[in-house]
Amino acid sequence: MIPELGNFALILALSMALVQASLPVIGAWKNIPEWIALARPAAWMQLLFILIAFGCLTYTFIVHDFSVAYVAHNSNTQLPLLYRVSAVWGGHEGSLLLWALSLSIWTGAVTLFSRSVPQAMVARVVGVMGMVSVGFLLFMILTSNPFERLFPVPMEGRDLNPLLQDFGLVIHPPMLYMGYVGFSVAFAFAIAAMLGGRLDAAWAKWSRPWTNIAWMFLTLGIALGSWWAYYELGWGGWWFWDPVENASFMPWLMGTALMHSLATTEKRGSFKAWTVLLAIFAFSLSLLGTFLVRSGVLTSVHAFATDPTRGVFILIFLAVVVGGSLLLYAIRAPQIRSASQFDLVSRDTALLFNNVILVVACISILLGTLYPLVVDALGIGKISVGPPYFNSVFIPLTMPLAILVGVGAMMRWKHDEITRLTRKLWPVLLASIVIGIVLMMLYTSEVKVMAVVGIVLALWVTGTTLLGFWDRIKGKGNVLRALGKVPLGFYGMSVAHLGIGVFIVGITLTSLYSTEKDVRLVPGEKYELGGYEFTFKGVTRKKGPNYIAHEGNLHVTKDNKLIAFLQPQKRIYRTQPKPMTEAAIDAGLTRDLFVALGEPLGAENAWSVRLYHKPFIRWIWLGAVFMALGGLLAACDKRYRQQNKRNENKRAVV
Amino acid sequence: MNRYLLPLFIFIALVILLAVGLSLDPRKVPSPFIGKPAPAFNLPQLHDDSKIIKPADFKGHVWLLNVWASWCVSCRQEHPLLMELANSKQVPVYGLNYKDDQADAILWLKQWGNPYQASAFDSAGGTGIDWGVYGVPETFVIDKDGIIRHKHIGALKRSDLDETIMPLVKKLQSAAQG
Repeated sequence: MIPELGNFALILALSMALVQASLPVIGAWKNIPEWIALARPAAWMQLLFILIAFGCLTYTFIVHDFSVAYVAHNSNTQLPLLYRVSAVWGGHEGSLLLWALSLSIWTGAVTLFSRSVPQAMVARVVGVMGMVSVGFLLFMILTSNPFERLFPVPMEGRDLNPLLQDFGLVIHPPMLYMGYVGFSVAFAFAIAAMLGGRLDAAWAKWSRPWTNIAWMFLTLGIALGSWWAYYELGWGGWWFWDPVENASFMPWLMGTALMHSLATTEKRGSFKAWTVLLAIFAFSLSLLGTFLVRSGVLTSVHAFATDPTRGVFILIFLAVVVGGSLLLYAIRAPQIRSASQFDLVSRDTALLFNNVILVVACISILLGTLYPLVVDALGIGKISVGPPYFNSVFIPLTMPLAILVGVGAMMRWKHDEITRLTRKLWPVLLASIVIGIVLMMLYTSEVKVMAVVGIVLALWVTGTTLLGFWDRIKGKGNVLRALGKVPLGFYGMSVAHLGIGVFIVGITLTSLYSTEKDVRLVPGEKYELGGYEFTFKGVTRKKGPNYIAHEGNLHVTKDNKLIAFLQPQKRIYRTQPKPMTEAAIDAGLTRDLFVALGEPLGAENAWSVRLYHKPFIRWIWLGAVFMALGGLLAACDKRYRQQNKRNENKRAVV
Repeated sequence: MNRYLLPLFIFIALVILLAVGLSLDPRKVPSPFIGKPAPAFNLPQLHDDSKIIKPADFKGHVWLLNVWASWCVSCRQEHPLLMELANSKQVPVYGLNYKDDQADAILWLKQWGNPYQASAFDSAGGTGIDWGVYGVPETFVIDKDGIIRHKHIGALKRSDLDETIMPLVKKLQSAAQG
């Protein structure tokens, strides 16, 4: 009964989405106020029905209703409650429902927080988001219905993939989807502006806070995914250039470019056509990511179960949405005039440079991701493109970006003096080099050139960002008062840029100074790594709710002081043939100690154990947290709300 | 013709590429074990550790290998059918006791009946991996030459036995050894 209710709610949501996608848009075109006014209630009703469907699916998981195929394939009576709830988005069908829910939430938020935007514009924006929703709901109902029944009813479910039975994976998909789908707002604003024929700076201003929030979610989602891969896959790495990772990274790069380009369009009225194109690209890449992950055209560690009809559907959907948008762009863009002029040395140029690099980096990743497909399509053979390609392309490409990030933020719009900049910057450069070298010599006896380069770069990013911030408050009397006067947008930008510095420290030291060792240990044996002494205390057997495990016990000491007691596990889930490695990690700000249990090695109760010492790896995710925080701060800037107040006052006067 | 059409053209090229990619995907092959020699194993018998079971022992006979475990709920479902099959003596059924506790498994057979000529005891699940087992129960049909001819995933139903497995077994039994 409940699954049928959910199914019915999905169909009702689709009909609401059809209303939302058609009438308000036509109303805005023909100027029919009643139809324009339909946008908000239609969006709210759609959200309500999707929430009901989502609730129904969650309920069937909680009560173990294995008559629903999706539940039978992704759950089990032994599965703990938390994972039964997160199993709702653990497979293809349910994650689509999460996608649709997230789109609906974004649309609802747009209807609530866009009171200052003209009604016709809101109607178009909500309408465009409705069109996207129609596509996704149709896809779900026609090819991937999560409520499909199974007969005969199995007595036991197949269980959730053990890799997904983990807290990181409980929150990673919702974050990621909020990010992916969040770019649909900027996309909808861009399309709406083109439909309305008014591509002025206003749409950029309206889209900015939305883009920032979506970008924040995507940043956190990617960081969570990387963190999960680090501790759950047990390989000790944090980024693998896997097609699915790339699928989330490409929209992030494009979204980063979009944020900067939106700023330019809003403040200076330049890059107008380009910004529209970026808004289309960022969301298109989100859709492309969905296609790549679910159609099975690429092999990846975490691709979903594949089905050709699904692939065909998404491809058609992708063609309609992106093709339609680009066609609209081709029609409208020639009418756009970007009036403003700027000199070679100016913030405008710096932002253009930023955009070009980010887009080129994104395209190079797209090429690397699709290249195996191209080779396959031409019938040359099957190849895979791995980290060597991506690292050798991506790192040199983004280095200039790091060099310029703080400088660009200090530059003036339209025109700046090279002499003014060099006068300000040379002390920072000198200080970065000296401090960088001294720090590295204090940190290690084995100073590597690349490590010095990385640390100097991180210091440079930090120094220039702080200098730019200082410029903003100096000479304004009371420092505290001046700090209060700095807009949140500027705080956000500075914090995000500092995050880049933190991130660079993390990747530099982790990739150059990590040590790992595969060792054979018998109980009582010691091994030293990175200044820490690991003592193996043997393996015990543990029983979990739906698995059995071998658990290793290791004491870690440094200078005879106990630092940590680590218990890595090797789990065998009853429903899966492959054993799962649960690494044990002692996390710290300056280093992680990471232990993974291997195989038993015959006599004397010996086991193979893999030990890692990973300096500063936390800084990678800490940098991402800084960036996300920056995005949040910038979105909260009061100038996005001031306009609301002014309009309300106007209304009150009238 | 204007330069603003360029993104659209590039995108169309991309869509064509992806469409070709969709039609290509040859990743989905039926179980790679069908038509291949049964992977060898050398496992102790469940009821008697000192005796070894290996597929080579059954050369010259058509036989079934049923993967089971005492913790497996669906195994209970197909169990009466296996008992019936064993009693009819049409084809020998061997068990592969998978990731189980020895005492639990023996108790389970005592309680519900033992349809197997013998069960190999695979507590670590290594043989299961060799055989490409990804869920319990699974049933394999192996011919006189030791080649896997059929694999059934999940609990057996009467229709599976009557329509697929038994006709295949009859055919294989009447064929000469190659």
